[in-house]
Amino acid sequence: MKWVYAAYIAAWAIHIVYLLILTRGYQRVRDDIDDLNRS
Amino acid sequence: MKSTFTIFALLTFALLSYGLYQGLVAAPTEATMKDVQRIFYYHVPSAWTAFLCFFANFVASIWYLAGRNPKADAIALSTAEVGVVFCTIVLVTGPIWAKPIWGIWWTWDARLTSTLVLWLIYVSYLLLRRYSTAGQNPVLASVLAIFGAVDVVFVYMAIRWFRTQHPQPVVGGGQGSGLDPRMMNALLINWAGFLALALLVIWLRYRLERLRQQVEEAHAMKAIAGAARGTR
Repeated sequence: MKWVYAAYIAAWAIHIVYLLILTRGYQRVRDDIDDLNRS
Repeated sequence: MKSTFTIFALLTFALLSYGLYQGLVAAPTEATMKDVQRIFYYHVPSAWTAFLCFFANFVASIWYLAGRNPKADAIALSTAEVGVVFCTIVLVTGPIWAKPIWGIWWTWDARLTSTLVLWLIYVSYLLLRRYSTAGQNPVLASVLAIFGAVDVVFVYMAIRWFRTQHPQPVVGGGQGSGLDPRMMNALLINWAGFLALALLVIWLRYRLERLRQQVEEAHAMKAIAGAARGTR
């Protein structure tokens, strides 16, 4: 089963990394909106 | 809107959890490959989901080329990005499956090579969009996306057109192909889960892109207003 677990874990790791990248993207846009509102 | 999103997210989580149970426990063990074959329940649905994302990207790219609609551009970018994520999973889980069965991680057969080329086309699409500063950037990317869609057809048909190390199709492969109903059940539940996840993430990425477009527009308006004040 070690190959199966390795594949499943790799798949979820890729999804989680992408979700973290998306979260960082939202954070950046939110910072941009704050800057716009301040200036 | 927020409650619909939450309900859909919960449904997706339930589908994926049930799919995991189906893939690891409920589906019968395959006779020749034994448990390693269970990688199939993640590998194949990820590939099908990637194909659908790239098809949606193709449609949105044509829509953008026809009308220069920023919403179409945002859909094209979102579907390409999520498609690349699923295609990456295919390219990672494939070799993990190949090693114990074929004894090698990779071989340059038509299916594997065309899948790698597909991934490279869409990664270059994303890089073009990320780093190009030209004003025609979305137009160039849309044209590239149309070429990428042609490769999707080639990847899908490769195991039907060529003799490959990659197995022949077990679903929709004509006479002699087919799956045990319990295996088919596990496959379809996992595909439903991955499709729901893809829709959810595409929606999040679309909203992010629309926000980014609006911020960019606000910056441009501000610069124009500043320049107009300066000339008075």
